[in-house]
Amino acid sequence: MTISAPAESPRVPALKRLVAGALRVLISLVVPVITFLALRWAFIFMRDAEANKLSVGAVGLIVGVGAVWVLYLVTDNLASLLPDGIRETVRPFVFVGPALVILTVYLVYPAVRTIYFSFMGPRSEEFVGLENYAFALTSSDMLIALRNNVLWLVFVTTFVVSLGLIIAVLVDRIGRWEPVAKSFIFLPMAISAVGASVIWRFVYSFQPIQRPQIGLLNAVYTALGGDPQGWLILKPWNNFFLIAIMIWILTGFAMVVLSAAIKGVPAELLEASRIDGATEIRIFFGVIIPYIRGTIITIGTTVLIMVLKVFDIVFVMTAGQHETEVIANRMYREMFTYGNFGHSSALAVVLLIAVIPVMIYNVRSLEQSRR
Amino acid sequence: MSVGYQSPQNISNDRLRKFFSGVPVRVVVLLIALVWTLPSAGLLVSSLRPPNDIVSSGWWTVFTHPFEASVWTVDNYLQVLTSHGLANAFLNSVLVTVPSVVIPITIAAFAAYAFAWLEFPGRRFLFTVVVGLMVVPLQMSLIPLLRLYTQLDLNGTFLGVWLAHTGFGLPLAIFLLFGYISTLPGEIIEAAHVDGASPLTTFTRMVLPLSVPVIASFAIFQFLWVWNDLLVALVFLGTNENVAVITARLAALVGRRGEQWQVLTAGAFVSMVVPLLVFFLLQRYFVRGLTAGSVKG
Repeated sequence: MTISAPAESPRVPALKRLVAGALRVLISLVVPVITFLALRWAFIFMRDAEANKLSVGAVGLIVGVGAVWVLYLVTDNLASLLPDGIRETVRPFVFVGPALVILTVYLVYPAVRTIYFSFMGPRSEEFVGLENYAFALTSSDMLIALRNNVLWLVFVTTFVVSLGLIIAVLVDRIGRWEPVAKSFIFLPMAISAVGASVIWRFVYSFQPIQRPQIGLLNAVYTALGGDPQGWLILKPWNNFFLIAIMIWILTGFAMVVLSAAIKGVPAELLEASRIDGATEIRIFFGVIIPYIRGTIITIGTTVLIMVLKVFDIVFVMTAGQHETEVIANRMYREMFTYGNFGHSSALAVVLLIAVIPVMIYNVRSLEQSRR
Repeated sequence: MSVGYQSPQNISNDRLRKFFSGVPVRVVVLLIALVWTLPSAGLLVSSLRPPNDIVSSGWWTVFTHPFEASVWTVDNYLQVLTSHGLANAFLNSVLVTVPSVVIPITIAAFAAYAFAWLEFPGRRFLFTVVVGLMVVPLQMSLIPLLRLYTQLDLNGTFLGVWLAHTGFGLPLAIFLLFGYISTLPGEIIEAAHVDGASPLTTFTRMVLPLSVPVIASFAIFQFLWVWNDLLVALVFLGTNENVAVITARLAALVGRRGEQWQVLTAGAFVSMVVPLLVFFLLQRYFVRGLTAGSVKG
């Protein structure tokens, strides 16, 4: 029903159609040029450190958001100018094109480059074979980092999943206070790892023996008769004090997800087991856990991936000193402190290889959902 | 409970269950909640104490005389906001975060719509690639992007960070939005097509408004991710006071003023205000968004 669209009606004189077409071409050309000029102006404006912060923000928002929309409107308009035959084959790429370009520039191409750099020297100038991987997997520094990553993976994942599960079962039975208790335990998830690190640095804070302890842990420890400890330099236990922070952050997340899953266990199933005389403990292990196994695996995998790339906590708490190094922090240090892009790239590839099983699993699930 | 007859075992079981749902469980949960809250409470209380008090006595001692005006102060906040530049860093965080949320959502929504409702060659394959990219560690991108940015003079610019966050957030955004948009009823999209609406009109008039719930969930996830991010901000913006975001400034303060607790406690709390507000005001979306977004690489 295109009666109202004169440009497509055969009765409209050819001249008029020509003018309309020319106008559209003109608009399609002028708009991108204006957009580009505006972007360029905004770009220079935003690099100007003297400019007022708020106006920088306003310009940034308008350009950042507006430019993206203009881009789509213009390219869609351009696509409409194409002949009937190919118009609809081109149009989908107007929609996915920008996403594909960004994914290529920001993920695919860099990944290929990083793999390439991982076989090159510190400045990526000469081929060094597997030297960087020898460093990543056998040097004494990295052996400590790899050991620590294993500690993180094992302890954080185990504690987060089991604590999350236990707390989820417990809060299920406290009635109307459940949401409040959940909020308090979930709260750390909202805080940045940097903020959480400051919180826990204060908990672990250390004062000499005669002075009053201001850190919670040393206060409790000295009250129980111990001497104050510098927890963050106490090898190898300092790793566990860092691990505790991650557990503190993630447990609430596991609890919320697992709690939702537990509430999904059919009441008849539980009632039936109770009538059969099963104890609560047996119901927990025999009915609830098998029923929510899928959720437990999902949470476990998610936590594994997050922990594998742990960076902020170590960076802020110890900067990897006192044998608390982890892969991601070392990767950052190789990049910025030592300027060794070969080492750094090899470490990134190690992280990538570690997540490949998850990637395969995700792609397989996608294939299955398509059938 | 319409069971008239109960075996002795059932009765003891019932007692057991009542016991478990009674006082001890509440006490245990209360204790856990307390343990989980104490560290943050210590930070908040300390940030409101005079500097000398913070280092000379534990924060819990204020509760012995909490109503004396001399034990409380807001000077620490004034100090970090002005002389330590956290007000500026806070503003930078806002400037980095808002476009880093809006841009990926826009681009992902267009792409998700095409993946769900338009036919094009390579559609299935490309979507598989998107799903595969979801868990790729962003560490894989840092060095090549840093070099690219050096060539383009984008290091230390907001534009560079927006685009980086867009790139890193895009696979998840497309995946989540696709999951929702592809389940919209096909009839309404067909109907719009028959009525002569172009794909763009269908998208802006029908698909976008209908997708608000999933967009909100992702927006909250991405917002917190970007606001709380340290690594991307450090790599592409650095710690230069003009552009550094609040997490980077706070991390720098820990390095340089590790024992000046009046600075660190107040600074940390300033950095947490926004996420906590989001958390308390939008809790439902917050949980949904975090759960949905947890698969991010």
